[in-house]
Amino acid sequence: MSDVLKIVDLHVSIGDKEILRGVNLSMTEGETHALMGPNGSGKSTLGLAIMGHPNYNCTQGEILLNGENILELEPNERARAGIFMAFQRPVAIPGVKMADFLRHATTNVRNPERKEGEDLIPMREFRKEIKANMEQLQMDSEFARRYVNDGFSGGEMKRAEILQLAMLQPKFAILDETDSGLDADAVRLASQSINEIGHNKMGLLIITHHDKLLEHNPPNFTHVILGGRIVETGGKELAEELHAHGYDRIRKQYPEAAKVNDESEAEAEAVV
Amino acid sequence: MSTELTESQELKSTEINKYDFKTETTAVFKARKGIDAEIVNQISDIKNEPDWMRKFRLEALEIFESKPMPKWGGDIDLDFQDIFYYLKPTTDQGKSWDDVPEEIKDTFEKLGIPEAERKYLAGVKAQFESEVIYGSLKKDLSDQGVIFTDTDTAVREHPELLREYFGKVIPSADNKFAALNSAVWSGGSFIYVPPGVSIEFPLQAYFRINEENMGQFERTLIIVDEGAQVHYVEGCTAPMYTSESLHSAVVEVVVKKNARCRYTTIQNWANNIYNLVTKRAFAYQDGTMEWVDGNLGSKLTMKYPAVYMMEPGARGEILSIAFSSKGQHQDAGAKLVHCAPDTTGTIISKSISKNGGRSSYRGLAKVEKGAVNSKCSVVCDALILDDASRSDTYPYIEINEQDVSMGHEASVSRIGEEQLFYLMSRGLSEAEASTMIVNGFIEPLVKELPMEYAVEMNRLIQLQMEGSVG
Repeated sequence: MSDVLKIVDLHVSIGDKEILRGVNLSMTEGETHALMGPNGSGKSTLGLAIMGHPNYNCTQGEILLNGENILELEPNERARAGIFMAFQRPVAIPGVKMADFLRHATTNVRNPERKEGEDLIPMREFRKEIKANMEQLQMDSEFARRYVNDGFSGGEMKRAEILQLAMLQPKFAILDETDSGLDADAVRLASQSINEIGHNKMGLLIITHHDKLLEHNPPNFTHVILGGRIVETGGKELAEELHAHGYDRIRKQYPEAAKVNDESEAEAEAVV
Repeated sequence: MSTELTESQELKSTEINKYDFKTETTAVFKARKGIDAEIVNQISDIKNEPDWMRKFRLEALEIFESKPMPKWGGDIDLDFQDIFYYLKPTTDQGKSWDDVPEEIKDTFEKLGIPEAERKYLAGVKAQFESEVIYGSLKKDLSDQGVIFTDTDTAVREHPELLREYFGKVIPSADNKFAALNSAVWSGGSFIYVPPGVSIEFPLQAYFRINEENMGQFERTLIIVDEGAQVHYVEGCTAPMYTSESLHSAVVEVVVKKNARCRYTTIQNWANNIYNLVTKRAFAYQDGTMEWVDGNLGSKLTMKYPAVYMMEPGARGEILSIAFSSKGQHQDAGAKLVHCAPDTTGTIISKSISKNGGRSSYRGLAKVEKGAVNSKCSVVCDALILDDASRSDTYPYIEINEQDVSMGHEASVSRIGEEQLFYLMSRGLSEAEASTMIVNGFIEPLVKELPMEYAVEMNRLIQLQMEGSVG
C-alpha cells in the first residue's frame, strides 16, 4: 500500500496570529507537489507545522500519515515516522561534527524504536554510505568533519540538507527553497540530486520561487497558497504559468485571500 | 574518510551508577572525628615523620584556626569537627594490584584503573581515603631517574628534593584551606622529571573517597626539570551519602627552563562533597604550564588553577570546563600572573548550568610591573540550559605595566530552541539533542584531551545531562 500524507483543514498560529487558515492537501508516495505563493502566504509555515516546530501552534485540523494523526508527535517522532524537511536557513550547531550528527540521525530514523544509548549503526556501513552520497553531491570528504552548518556558505548549507535527505530516506520530504541562494550550476546539481534521491520514490513537497528545481522534478500537482489557504491546485502547467506571469491573476481571482496575504506581509515587515 | 569519523561515545544504561557504590572495608587505623593538635600529631606519628614536617603541620594548624572562612565564592556549611581527617585503609602500599586488599582492588577494577594502566599509562597512583594504596611506574622511566611516588614516601626517600619545593609555591598561609591541607595532608603524588626527559604517556593518579564524613587532603608536588616534559592526569569519585565530605588538596608545580607540564583533572566527586582545592604552578624561562581542569561533580567546587610566569618567555594556558546541575555550585576559574617580560597567558573557560545548577567563572589576570610585552587573553563562555539555572562571571584584571596586550571576552548563551528543533527534526530525542549541543559547546576543549580522556569527558557530560550522576 502506498504511503499517504493528508492535511485536513489545518489552522496554524504563531502566538495569537493565525497564519494558516484551513489548508487541505493530500500527497501519495512517489508524487511531486510544488507549493507556490507570494511572500507571507504561509509556505514555510505549512512545512514547519508538518515537521512539528514548537512555535507553530496547530489550533484546528489534522495531519494524517497513513491515516494516523501526527499532530501530537514530537519532531523526532515525526522524523522517525518518515517526515523530513530541508530547511531554508538551517541553524548552526558549533562543535558538533556532521558525521556524528548524521550517524545519530540515520540510526534513529532507521530504527524508530531505538532507545537512547542503544547501538548506533556500524561505523563501517555508515561511512560507506555517507561517502557515496557525498561523492554524488560533489562534497569534499572533509565536510563530514566540519561542524553542523557552522560557517557554511549558502550552497554548502543546501547541499548538507540534501545529504541528509539522501541519508534519511524519508517517506515524505518538504524542501523549503532548497534552490535559493545558489548559482546556476549549484541549482542544477541540487535539482538532479533531488531527482535521483527522491523523485518517483518519496512524496516531495517542493517550495520554490524558481523553475529550475521543478525542471528536473516536474510536479504532478502545483498548489498555490495565498493568505494561508490553498486557493488553486493544478498540474505542471500552473507552475509554469506562475513562473512566467507571477501572481497577478491569482490575486485578482482571489481578492479576499490576497487581502489577508497583504496584511500579514505588512505585519511581518513591521516586525522586522 | 578513513579516520575522520568520530566514534560516538554512547552510554550504556548499566553504567549510569558506575561511581555510586560503597566498598565495605576495615580500616587499619581511623583517627577520631575533628581537628586539633592531637590529631595533627597523631597523623605525624603514624607517618613517622621528621620534625620539620611535624612543625610545618602544627604551624599550619594555627594559621587554619586563625583565618576566617572566605566571604566570597560559595556557601560552605561545614562543621570542621564532624569530619574524619585521617583514615589508613591498609598496612602497605601495593606494587602490584595483587598486593592490594581484594575489596579495594575491586573498587579500582570497577573504576577501570588497572585496565587503563595496561593500555595507555606510564604510571599510576591510586589513593583510597587518606593513603595511596597502589603505585606503579614503567621501568624505563625509573631507570631514567623519573620519580613518581606518593608524597609520604617522598618525605622519607627524597627529603632534600622535596623540602626544597614543598610549601614554596603555595605557602600554608595562602588561604584557609591551603592551611588546613598543610596541617593534615596525606597521600598525593610526588613527581620529579630529570632534565631533558620527556614522558610520552600520561602519569595518572586516581582519588577515591569511600567513607561518609571523610576528609581527603592529598598533597601533590610536581617538579619538571629543565627541558623535561610530563602529562599528569587525575580523576576522582566517591559514593553518594546524605551528609557532606570534604576534599581539600594542595597541588604545587614547578616548571623549569624550557620544560613543559600539562596537568589534567577530571573531577567527578559525588554531589555531597565540598571540593576546595588550591593549585598553582611556577613557570620559569620559556617553560610552559597547562592546566586542563574539568569540574563535573561535587556539591561546591572552589578551584582556580594558577600559573605564575616567573621568567621571560614563560607560558601559561588554562582550559576550564565546569558543569553544574541540581544542587551544585561550580565556582571555578583560573589565575594568570605575569611576573616577567615576554610572557604569554591564555584562559579559556566553558561553563554549563542545568536543572538549577550554578556555574561561576572567577578569574584573575594580573600583569606585574616590569612584565613588559606580555600577552594575556581570557575567553569565557557560558551555556545555560534552563531558566532555573544560573551563570556568573567575575573577571578580575590588574595591570601594572603599560606595554602589554590584554584581551577579555565573555559570552552567555542559552540552548537555542531552533538548535533543538533542528536536531529533533532529524530524529534525535530532546535529551540526545541537548547532549549533542552541550558536547559541541565544550568540544574545543575536549579535543585538547588525549583520546581516552576525551571519551571519559563526553561520557561524564552525558551522565550529567541525564541527571544521574551520584
